[in-house]
Amino acid sequence: MKKNLLLSVLMVSFLAACASHDVKEQPKAAVEDRTAAAAAPAAATQPAVQSATTGNPLKDPNNILSKRSVYFDYDKDVVKEEFKPLVEAHAKYLQAHGDVKVTLQGNTDERGSREYNIALGQRRADAVKKAMNVLGVADKQIETVSLGEEKPRKDCHEESCWQENRRADVVYQGE
Amino acid sequence: MKRNEMKPVFQTSKFAALFSMLLTLCCLTVNNAWSALTIEIIGGAAMQIPVAIAPFAQEGALQQSITSIVSADLQRSGQFKLVDPAGISPLPFEPAQVRYPEWRGRGADALVIGSVVPAASGNYEIRFRLLDVLKQTQLAGFSYTVSASQFRVTAHKIADIIYEKLTGDVGIFNTKIAYIVKQGKKYELQVSDADGYAAQTVVTSYEPLLSPRWSADGNQLAYVSFERKKPVVFVQSLATGARHVLANFKGSNSSPAWMPDGRRLAVTLTKDGSSQIYLINPDGSGVARWTFSSAIDTEANFSPDGKWMLFTSDRGGGPQIYRMSSAGGDAQRVTFDGSYNVSPRFSPDGKSFVFIQRSGSQFHVAVQDLENGQVQVLTDTHQDESPSFAPNGKMVLYATEVNGRGILAAVSSDGRTKQRLSVQAGDVREPAWGPLLHN
Repeated sequence: MKKNLLLSVLMVSFLAACASHDVKEQPKAAVEDRTAAAAAPAAATQPAVQSATTGNPLKDPNNILSKRSVYFDYDKDVVKEEFKPLVEAHAKYLQAHGDVKVTLQGNTDERGSREYNIALGQRRADAVKKAMNVLGVADKQIETVSLGEEKPRKDCHEESCWQENRRADVVYQGE
Repeated sequence: MKRNEMKPVFQTSKFAALFSMLLTLCCLTVNNAWSALTIEIIGGAAMQIPVAIAPFAQEGALQQSITSIVSADLQRSGQFKLVDPAGISPLPFEPAQVRYPEWRGRGADALVIGSVVPAASGNYEIRFRLLDVLKQTQLAGFSYTVSASQFRVTAHKIADIIYEKLTGDVGIFNTKIAYIVKQGKKYELQVSDADGYAAQTVVTSYEPLLSPRWSADGNQLAYVSFERKKPVVFVQSLATGARHVLANFKGSNSSPAWMPDGRRLAVTLTKDGSSQIYLINPDGSGVARWTFSSAIDTEANFSPDGKWMLFTSDRGGGPQIYRMSSAGGDAQRVTFDGSYNVSPRFSPDGKSFVFIQRSGSQFHVAVQDLENGQVQVLTDTHQDESPSFAPNGKMVLYATEVNGRGILAAVSSDGRTKQRLSVQAGDVREPAWGPLLHN
């Protein structure tokens, strides 16, 4: 397949070329509001593992198992306290269903090297896996992979999007 | 393509360096009416060589003007000041027709003349001569018998000869670049001429593609594809399009790098835990772990002589660049300025490396001398990634972002000449400058 890529080279004043991006630490409250706080009441009122007759707990929006994302601070891979109920719920489910497998997908925001970000995303997925291992989930049930900065959930170039993109997702086999 | 050397009409003497001082920062603009390409360059070498390129005889009848391609190539290097031939009449096509004082009066130190003549079987004979205006001698002269589809590559070869004769360095206009174009949800790995023309799509995917890496012979590309819902490394032949999986182990497979002899590659794998560098045969066999840390080790790159490997590691806390023998063993940290230094690539002479350095919230291309450790930041763009040297070491190609769009940019290795390239729609990223082509 042959295509002509028409490139244009733009002369730009390098002084006034583009606005700089501010690196802001993510506001902690915003993260809690979005995920853990919303998930916590569900965890308190719903059992993590339900019987098959009440539907798929993994898809039930009132069940914490439908919450799949663990969010991280910039350049960090520590699973924060607020996400431990989520990790514990999935760990319990995996222990109760020894034949079920998950992929933990690590993600980063767009800043910095794409290749280094693959390694950083991997470390985030591995951090969630370690937490699950500690809770008794077998290695063979978990594969950790990284999507680096390549699959952003939100696609703007500022912290409001970046904080959504620094995360590890729990993906059940077949999903 | 057939190439013949044309003998000089006058006695050739050794060419003396042709330099003239450029007093102010010079901005050059070429607009080619025959295409959508606009070349605009900011900056330029401190010493630019003034060269006049007379339109070739009969090239007006061609679809593509040879001399406009040659002119654009030379301008992009930042090392030439193009002298306008407008108003000189009649234009010379042969040495005997050149009135040297006329060109001298316009400040030209060198003059390019030539012609395009229809030849047998629908081919064309392109003849060109490079003349020393001061000494009134011929510096180079060649004729090429080519088909119309070879006009661009012939123009790049002519530009390479002019560049080499006038600067003493190897020309890189007849080389290729690889990069990823993202349009909507579509990713394409493309290879084009170094000026962005004649792009060919090597792979199309609706999942991310990244990290294209040239084999030293320019015949193969290794790259990372997400088509299996995780990073997997492939190797693909450019001649046949055939490809195979290089590394698809448990976890993530990323960051391929060819050894210069083409017999092995480095890849980053997580099959044994943290991201570590492994060596692997081009067919995917013989994988062997090469770094042994509990930290992130990735972004391997080999020196041109194959003896050294640079890589990024956060074993000291943040990401920094380390060097180790390609034979294995301990690694020494080589970057110390700043808290985030990544993406190292050796220069073609192996004496320095280009990399990305974070400064506050910005990421710049920088170059570091391996012997004395001196660092020079080359760019003032803000979100730079993926730098790679031109095979003559004179330019660095990289990805950056302007107004939220991914574009390619290039900067001379002294930081003085800068250019930006963008596709008209979509993001361009992950550029890699290919090797010299020996054809």
